[in-house]
Amino acid sequence: MAVKVIIPTPLRTFAGKNDSAEFQASTVGEALGHLTSKFGDLRKHLYTDEGKLRSFVNVYVNDEDIRYLAKENTPTKDGDTISIVPSIAGGAGETWVEA
Amino acid sequence: MSERFHLWLEHALAETIRRHGEATYPHECCGALLGYDTEVAKADGAAEETRRVASLLPLSNRNGDSPRNRFSVTAEDVRAAEAAARKQNLEVIGWYHSHPDHPAKPSEFDRQHAWPWYSYVIVSVQRGFACEMTSWRLNDDRDGYTPERIEIRQLHTENVTQAGAVS
Repeated sequence: MAVKVIIPTPLRTFAGKNDSAEFQASTVGEALGHLTSKFGDLRKHLYTDEGKLRSFVNVYVNDEDIRYLAKENTPTKDGDTISIVPSIAGGAGETWVEA
Repeated sequence: MSERFHLWLEHALAETIRRHGEATYPHECCGALLGYDTEVAKADGAAEETRRVASLLPLSNRNGDSPRNRFSVTAEDVRAAEAAARKQNLEVIGWYHSHPDHPAKPSEFDRQHAWPWYSYVIVSVQRGFACEMTSWRLNDDRDGYTPERIEIRQLHTENVTQAGAVS
């Protein structure tokens, strides 16, 4: 079953400048697994060192946020579109980073 | 300052960011940078990659817990910003936010939550007044930032000023 994964602009440089990719997958996790296998440099931007999706990485199947479905076990069917959408956070915090 | 990245920002847009930071003080402000990447021919004939901000989309800080030292933009707001950019044939090329009573320097929290490729403009707002403005991009390995030189351009002129000199 082919699903289309939409790659967000800031990550396209790590995905051969593609804005999307298609994979045979029956769950969201499987599709993202194929994506990060094909484009290994994407992994560290999508997942923590512990292998969990980063908190500011949002994944939608069609227009449904997978947090409100079955997360990465959310089933996909032929023709579905999976969108990776950034959320943005930051702030003054307490410590500083040297360039 | 690194010469690798350049961000062109019209004087009026830089002022909009400063005024936004002052208006929300002591809370952080935030917004989207809409623009495009381009190549500029240098005097020696070489091409230099430059990013231009064409317009801004001021946003509400969605961080209700600690808005004095945190900002957040939801995925829904990001999608709305991308739609607004598309309508203008632009892209979301980055984000701005303020650091109330803190330097215009990315914090560890900024780094941990940053995306690559985007430009992150930070304006320091000291006691309610906008001061230094800087821009940064996350390194590809996520370990740090590379400064991006902001070039403030006056509308209809070719005057270029370092951002830090016009606070």
